[in-house]
Amino acid sequence: MSEYSPWGSQFRGFLRLSRDEPVSGPLIGKQALAYSAGVSDIYRALDDETRRLVLDELAARDGQTLFEICSTLATRHGLTLTRQAISQHLGVLEDAGLLRTERRGRSKFHYFTPAPLAEIARRWPLPERTTP
Amino acid sequence: MRIELTSLFVDDQREALAFYTDVLGFTKRHDVPLGEDAWLTVTSPEAPDGPELLLEPAGHPAVKPYRDALVEDGIPLAQFAVDDVQAEYERLTGLGVVFTQPPTDIGNAWIAVFDDTCGNLIQILAMKPGTDEGN
Repeated sequence: MSEYSPWGSQFRGFLRLSRDEPVSGPLIGKQALAYSAGVSDIYRALDDETRRLVLDELAARDGQTLFEICSTLATRHGLTLTRQAISQHLGVLEDAGLLRTERRGRSKFHYFTPAPLAEIARRWPLPERTTP
Repeated sequence: MRIELTSLFVDDQREALAFYTDVLGFTKRHDVPLGEDAWLTVTSPEAPDGPELLLEPAGHPAVKPYRDALVEDGIPLAQFAVDDVQAEYERLTGLGVVFTQPPTDIGNAWIAVFDDTCGNLIQILAMKPGTDEGN
């Protein structure tokens, strides 16, 4: 990447170090304001076992409704959270750019968008050596 | 006390009757005109004397926001038992039915969820052989 930035140009603006830092890059005006509220970063988003399990399940089968995510968490992982709680977890993942929703027909489906995870490897690349 | 009838709101009673009989395979039981609407029920050919399903007009203003919110989150409003979820999924998909959730193993059963084209999501369920349904 010629335009290297530790947060990546794609996510500049909402993966900010500080809430008070001014937004730079492609997000301007109302769009930047929209992202400035309730924004979280990928590290906080991943710091929760339920949210990691949601990503596991979406990685295994992408494009699930809230109902399917809830039933999978309950039956495969024994998690009996309320739908509202799971909905809030999905919101945190979406704010961090790890999940996107798409309306198909009259239902809303959730998709795993792993691109922000590449930032971790870019920031702390694995050393290219064989372990002894 | 017995459950002999349960109901689902449908956008259009005639279209609903076509879907629930021609596509799903239920049998018309009652079709009694009531003003502009009808007392319209279907039963399963596998249990002709079993519970009736009333296909009820969705005209009340509370119905639309209620059902829209459930459909958005993928939540089914009724559940029907089948012998084989995968076989029904393939049969119904072949007839153009859209599933919001493909056959899914939930441990002691298989489930899937489809759109009934009348404003509802419906879950089909098959208990796995040897599973105690009472639990």
